[in-house]
Amino acid sequence: MWDWAFTIDILPVLARAAVITVQATAIGFVIAALLGLVLASIRLSSPAAGLVVAILVELVRSTPLLIQIFFLFFVLPKVGIVLDAFTAGVLAIGLHYAAYCSEVYRAGFENVPRGQWEASIALNLSPWTTFKDIILPQALPPVVPALGNYLIALFKETPLLSAIAVVELMQRAKIIGSETFRYTEPVTLVGLFFLVMSLLSAGLVRVLDGWLSRRYG
Amino acid sequence: MWIRVLAAMLAATLTAIVILSFQDGFKVFVPGLLQGAWLTVQIAVLGALLAVVMALTAALAKLYGPLPLRWLAVAYIEIFRGTSALVQLFWLYFVLPQFGIFMDAFPVAVLALGLNIGAYGAEVVRGAIRAVPKGQWEASTALNMTRAQMLRRIILPQAFVAMIPPWGNLFIELVKSTSLVSLITLADLTFKAQQMNQATLQTVPIFTLVLLLYLAISLTITICMRFTEGWAAKGVLHGKAS
Amino acid sequence: MTEMPMVRYENVSKRYGAFTVLDNLNLDVARGEKVSIIGPSGSGKTTVLRMLMTLESINGGTLWVDGEPMTHMSKNGRLVPADARHIRRIRAKIGMVFQSFNLFPHMTALGNCIEAPITVLGMGRKEAEERAAELLDMVGLSAKKDHYPGQLSGGQQQRVAIARALAMRPKIMLFDEVTSALDPELVGEVLQVIRRIGAEHDLTMLMVTHQMGFAKEFSDRVCFFYQGKICEQGPPAQIFGNPQNERTRQFLNAVLEAG
Ligand SMILES: Nc1ncnc2c1ncn2[C@@H]1O[C@H](COP(=O)(O)OP(=O)(O)OP(=O)(O)O)[C@@H](O)[C@H]1O
Ligand SMILES: [Mg+2]
Repeated sequence: MWDWAFTIDILPVLARAAVITVQATAIGFVIAALLGLVLASIRLSSPAAGLVVAILVELVRSTPLLIQIFFLFFVLPKVGIVLDAFTAGVLAIGLHYAAYCSEVYRAGFENVPRGQWEASIALNLSPWTTFKDIILPQALPPVVPALGNYLIALFKETPLLSAIAVVELMQRAKIIGSETFRYTEPVTLVGLFFLVMSLLSAGLVRVLDGWLSRRYG
Repeated sequence: MWIRVLAAMLAATLTAIVILSFQDGFKVFVPGLLQGAWLTVQIAVLGALLAVVMALTAALAKLYGPLPLRWLAVAYIEIFRGTSALVQLFWLYFVLPQFGIFMDAFPVAVLALGLNIGAYGAEVVRGAIRAVPKGQWEASTALNMTRAQMLRRIILPQAFVAMIPPWGNLFIELVKSTSLVSLITLADLTFKAQQMNQATLQTVPIFTLVLLLYLAISLTITICMRFTEGWAAKGVLHGKAS
Repeated sequence: MTEMPMVRYENVSKRYGAFTVLDNLNLDVARGEKVSIIGPSGSGKTTVLRMLMTLESINGGTLWVDGEPMTHMSKNGRLVPADARHIRRIRAKIGMVFQSFNLFPHMTALGNCIEAPITVLGMGRKEAEERAAELLDMVGLSAKKDHYPGQLSGGQQQRVAIARALAMRPKIMLFDEVTSALDPELVGEVLQVIRRIGAEHDLTMLMVTHQMGFAKEFSDRVCFFYQGKICEQGPPAQIFGNPQNERTRQFLNAVLEAG
């Protein structure tokens, strides 16, 4: 049932595809983390801008990532922006998770006591200094674990890129399957890879969480 | 206030769908997409039922089951949360037949999505049960209830209220992940869109309609869950208990 | 023309919705004067300070600081609502100490005291640190300057907060029940520091307090607030020794009985 020789054969090929998966994860998460912070900051700045951002976030979270990937990949060329599959896909993933991350940051901001804003005003700090030196350093550490969980979620969703033929792990496994008519080993290996990586990172996040709450809690 | 914004968004979405379905360039796609949306809804509803059953079973097994059952529950939860729905879908679809188990794409879809969301739901249920104050258990023990009675009559009704918002999020996740079934050849909304897109290259109208349709489904669920939340908080916590 | 007071509330009103917290308040505080504000809970004492610190907007009237309007500025001879720059310039003259300290928890005692001098006043780090060290020394905390707020007692935190406010060289200091969050045995050390800065610095002070003994001994004038109005004011000897108003008498009796 399980062919070990075949397994050894396809391992290096899958390993190379795993590099693409990791790259997509890293770039996608950088976009998500930065853009999410920007969105959450806009929400702080004014109620009207906040409502616009809130609606955008709701729109992004209410529609499937797969459709968003298709949308960027197929629709952007119509308006003259031609992106290769990897770029379009990673961008879609980054935007999608930016919506989730912005909610995480927002919770972080809300947990900073009002007195911190007031003390900053009393010291005549500028809004920018207040945000950068006083609020952000207090809002960020507690939300790092939540961001970590979204990093893992994002990582697990990268197989969606296979739908626009980015040759990451899942696509490679499917290609191997269609060429050899053996799906068991490649698909199972991909599953195991994700399982092991997620469990490991979830463990890391838990350790980080404990450390942070001891340090800042 | 927030629920009003959601309702306004839903109204705007539905209006947009109706207006667009009378526009040339859009209207040819509407019947096919609605067909796809119907399949999407079917998979979502059946998947949700399976998810709720799995979540309750796994959570109770993990909390109160005998040791082997507890391990089984932990394994189920960790495996299905540790990989994505797409990987699970492909595994069930491509690998099971090689073990001699043949299933149609539709049951595979319901099974994969239901199991996936059920694993997350199990943690939601478990968290909500554990959040019920210890005094409630002690009071029920003092009243000489059996453990099953305590769970059914005292603990779960209170945990239920805390579970609704996270379940709302999970149902949205479920609706969104139904789009994956297009990748195992089921003719859902996403599949129809892809098919029409390849046939006509009318990318913009097709994907605009598809986004609006998903949005309508998701917003409907979100709004319903908000109402359930309000109703449960009133009915369970203030009206009857304590 | 007489000299303008350091702080002037001119017909100032404050409302929350339909609820009027302060009704046409008129209050002048002279340069270097130390005014205590007393009164029952909810009478609007905190609001008086928070409006001056621009933490609350006002619904009517004008606030004057050091001879200039704060909430308004003159433009072509007319008074128009102040812009952010104007407010920040005036606000530089005011410091505030909060009931709940509001120290920045991610910065040391010293860090708390140098943050604003460096970023707002543009002071060099070295100079800021020297000054902060002096101030921390004055509040008796030179040994704790590298401690984080979480590692300090309430009294110590409040003394750091006082040093932090002084580091901005304000002309006016606002104290809102700065000892109310403290255990009784820590109240003395904070009052001692306030006494000292009152004597050593040329500051105008406005303080809300429930420490009647301290208000009596320390302030030049005591204002008794009742339902958003100054019900009675005068030198401490008069207010505490021979109050004219029935409400003042009732309040003082109640407080002294409890204390
Ligand atoms: N943000 C707000 N919204 C609505 N009402 C408020 C708000 N802040 C204060 N108030 C009301 O304004 C009134 C005056 O409040 P203030 O804090 O100035 O009282 P205080 O005299 O300082 O009382 P205490 O001695 O309890 O501190 C109170 O009745 C309070 O309920
Ligand atoms: Mg007060």
